[in-house]
Amino acid sequence: MTGPVTMSIASVADMLTFGRQLAAQIRRGDMIALSGNLGSGKTVLARGVLEGLGHQGEVSSPSYALVHPYDPPHVRLPISHVDLYRLDDPAALIELGLDEARTYGALMVEWPERGGPGFVADALHITIEPEGPDARRLTVAVPRSWETRWPPR
Amino acid sequence: MAVILGLESSCDETAAALVDSDRTIIAHKLAGQEEHHRPYGGVVPEIAARAHAEKMTPLVESVFADAGMTLADVDAIAATAGPGLIGGVMVGLVTGKALALATGKPLIAVNHLEGHALSPRLVDADLGFPYLLLLVSGGHCQILRVDGVGRYARLATTIDDAAGEAFDKTAKLLGLGFPGGPAVEAAARQGDSAAVPLPRPLAGSKEPHFSFAGLKSAVLRASDSGQYAPQDIAASFQQAVVDCLRDRLNHALDRTDRLPALVVAGGVAANGAVRAMLQDVAAQRDMRFVAPPLWLCTDNAAMIGWAGAERFAAGLTDPLDIPARPRWPLDDQAPPVRGAGVKG
Repeated sequence: MTGPVTMSIASVADMLTFGRQLAAQIRRGDMIALSGNLGSGKTVLARGVLEGLGHQGEVSSPSYALVHPYDPPHVRLPISHVDLYRLDDPAALIELGLDEARTYGALMVEWPERGGPGFVADALHITIEPEGPDARRLTVAVPRSWETRWPPR
Repeated sequence: MAVILGLESSCDETAAALVDSDRTIIAHKLAGQEEHHRPYGGVVPEIAARAHAEKMTPLVESVFADAGMTLADVDAIAATAGPGLIGGVMVGLVTGKALALATGKPLIAVNHLEGHALSPRLVDADLGFPYLLLLVSGGHCQILRVDGVGRYARLATTIDDAAGEAFDKTAKLLGLGFPGGPAVEAAARQGDSAAVPLPRPLAGSKEPHFSFAGLKSAVLRASDSGQYAPQDIAASFQQAVVDCLRDRLNHALDRTDRLPALVVAGGVAANGAVRAMLQDVAAQRDMRFVAPPLWLCTDNAAMIGWAGAERFAAGLTDPLDIPARPRWPLDDQAPPVRGAGVKG
């Protein structure tokens, strides 16, 4: 696939639906990177993905704890919901154990920019921008590993 | 009387303390005490397990030196075993296990949230069970009914952001600097709390929970509009948080048996407007209001030592192979919360 693709999301409900569609395609080793300003809907999309993987219950923000792991049997695949918002130094990334988490599950990372250059290189990288109170425009960089899985439906 | 060594390293703070079962805080220390005014947490996250590891042993030595005690004077060792960032949690827990193994003294694996939940009893000998606890910090926003040591019923939790996180992110949006809580509170004193129309997410809702993500988005829109002074946004935001906390507390109190005391813990308890509201709610319902001193509201090891003392007195100790737990709800019977797409 050449260049990023764009798509429009009309509502919170649509964003959750898109998250569930993504969830159906997620495999071990995947990283989904979610960029966008505060309040753009990153955590809503993350909630859709987690629900699609089978999680029931709240999806609270991982901003404070940085990493919220979700493990089977509550989800069909181990996934870590990560928020690098508070990370000042990419050198500290190694302490979060993300490489290890990715060897047995998937990662979903908010504020991936804080991970430093190259962090999103092989990620499905979704950038969310507001187009209205609830409408959002998504710009998606689809890596080779997702080409046969894109678009999710 | 039992003396407990408490160890804490589950998030940003590395801390050690010695407390006894008679409520004496014999010694307590946080690493980097020059940064001791960080009431809402999350300024310079010390997420690195290595940094916790480098600080923990000197801290333990330092509290023993301050107390004029040695390991021989300790009856049990309490360490936070979760929830938190796994690498950090393991530093304190493994240190606790090593000391327990070397001395033959019992290990107590403490839930960090239980540390907060029981901390008011460390400073208030008259606070008996049960009580209603509002736990409001950078990472948590919960209402709990505390029925005894190890006995918690979660009545409400946030479905998205914690209240302290909303303060920190609002401070960032408004360019007020860190720590976010005190910065927003200071700006709010110069502003008009009715100037900016902001939502009160979930206020008046039949479900019991909190939500602050929509409020954060509304603050962003108000800030981007250029129509409002930052002080007015700060004051209106703080009032919205206070109104949400009040509404949700009243919702919980209306649905529980009469409880003698309303208790607050967590860094957001440092906010004067939040405290004033809590005092008012308690007075209206003829409840005692108990708030620990501010240093005990934020992460520290004295509360871990105290939770250890309470568990030790109840005969609750743990095997040395107990694992660290990144997620560890205080009430694992609480029904799951359907957060999806919830609107005011």
